[in-house]
Amino acid sequence: MSRGEKIFHIINYFILALIAAIALYPFIYVLSASLSSPDAILTGKVVLLPKNIRFDSYGVIFKDKSIWIAYGNTIFYTVVGTALCLFLTVCGAYALSKPRLRGRKIVTFFITITLWFDAGIIPFYLNLRDLGLLKHSRAAIIIAFACNAFNVILLRTFFETVPSELEEAARMDGANDLKTLTKVYLPLSKASLATVGLFYAIEKWNGYFWAMIIIRDENKIPLQVLLKKLIVENSMASDYAAALNFNASTSTETLTYATIIVSIIPILLVYPYIQKFFVKGVMIGAVKG
Amino acid sequence: MKQKTQRNKRSWLSQLVKDVKRDKFLYLLLLPFVIWFIFFKYRPMWGLQIAFKDFSLFKGIAASDWIGLEHFKEFLGSQYFGRVFRNTIMISLYSILICFPAPIILAILINEVKHLRFKKAVQTLTNLPHFISIVVVASILTTFLSPSSGMVNIFLDKLGFDKIYFLTKPEYFRGIFTGMNLWKDTGYSSIVYITAIAGIDQTMYEAAKIDGANKWQQITRITIPGILPTIIIMLIMKIGNIMTVGYEAIILLYQPATYETADVISTYVYRSGLLDGRYDYATAVGLFNGIIALILVVSANTLSKRMTETSLW
Repeated sequence: MSRGEKIFHIINYFILALIAAIALYPFIYVLSASLSSPDAILTGKVVLLPKNIRFDSYGVIFKDKSIWIAYGNTIFYTVVGTALCLFLTVCGAYALSKPRLRGRKIVTFFITITLWFDAGIIPFYLNLRDLGLLKHSRAAIIIAFACNAFNVILLRTFFETVPSELEEAARMDGANDLKTLTKVYLPLSKASLATVGLFYAIEKWNGYFWAMIIIRDENKIPLQVLLKKLIVENSMASDYAAALNFNASTSTETLTYATIIVSIIPILLVYPYIQKFFVKGVMIGAVKG
Repeated sequence: MKQKTQRNKRSWLSQLVKDVKRDKFLYLLLLPFVIWFIFFKYRPMWGLQIAFKDFSLFKGIAASDWIGLEHFKEFLGSQYFGRVFRNTIMISLYSILICFPAPIILAILINEVKHLRFKKAVQTLTNLPHFISIVVVASILTTFLSPSSGMVNIFLDKLGFDKIYFLTKPEYFRGIFTGMNLWKDTGYSSIVYITAIAGIDQTMYEAAKIDGANKWQQITRITIPGILPTIIIMLIMKIGNIMTVGYEAIILLYQPATYETADVISTYVYRSGLLDGRYDYATAVGLFNGIIALILVVSANTLSKRMTETSLW
């Protein structure tokens, strides 16, 4: 390695380490601040590590029922929503992956159009209203977002790579159509199904806009909508006023930081394990381009 | 002759019936799927007609009276048109100038790393922000920038500067918004380019090294040309999306004080439609936006097809 190359590598490692640190730093600060005393935050003593460690903010949050209700709702919307999404996506992607299917091209065309042209939020909202779904907000959140053209195309592309000989062989062995799908195709596409499923799950876990528009009942709102109310709209002060009781070990700030941590912990915990699936998904999407 | 075409038609029809019977399972699968798309993607498109109507909730979409292009005229003549149009394009330009090149550079730098562990660690950490919900990101940002207790202002204060209430100052909005997107998506967007770089023939680098090419020359003469098709495709998509700046992130960060630089077409649609209840007018504004966006995507694609033979479809 030449000297110039060595210098290049040193600088490169330094820049990348810096970028990685910038990506991570907000999380570290939020975590440290949530564990520090309000006083230490306000005087700028918290930079990287917590000062005067205490767990009081978490104590206040864990006692608050609304967070747990919202958590439960988010889990419900994510699990049921993702299951329905996967069902519809498999149905469509599998059928559309068969070249022999008549009408395949026209259906694919109309599905693809929805990637590039969308009616927009108002017609979508009025459609939900006309279908009577606004009165059943839970069902609306699950049903109205039960499919996504991008993921259908992703999964269809994968199904197309499965050799058709496998289908013929299964049929020779006496498997019917349903068995061919569930016993041959689905086991073969576990990784792709996981990728698409995770795309859906993250979208559901993180989604807030339509839940905010559709859901009127406080007991049905997901975590993201609650967070928006507490932090972005800054209504936390009043909500927690009673809990705060002017004691010095928690403050609006530490509660805010602790709430953020509580809401992202599930994502942080599963992220290292699911990361590779997303990379895979992007790659399939890129190849298809 | 006539008999023959009739016979042909009949055999075509019987073949069709045969095919459909053979694939009845596939059609059964397709049924719920197609029904969903009709109800939740195409039915709203039917509702777009209220852009040309004096919509009344009482009469419903079909029975409301036609008024032609009134809503479009009102939007184009209003004081909001200039503001939201300019902001949409400005925010997109910021994004093209800053958020578009960043992942390409990151991918090139990551590709040069020899230690697999370090490479993986950098990728894992830089991809992470993409998976955090926009509400959480906006929450962190809002708290960090808070004038009384945010870390940014605490440090500004310590360094002897005045505290600034960033989110109420129109001149900072686009920068803050672009910075947030840069932080959130650079890592994730780089995956596409890292994949593309991995596809470059390694023998080209060997040959270049033998010819005495240094790192900079290898990057500019092999790596960048090698991923140019990917860069172009991504740029087309980006240009095609100039008119689509999402409302989800902006409505979390803007406030009346910053509308001047922050209010884009989609946020204006959201406010006038869902908050003020002017469904017909907001639909017209959204449709206007959607049509321009579609034209942009199609032209960017055509242009690229002609110039570089790479295209999306």
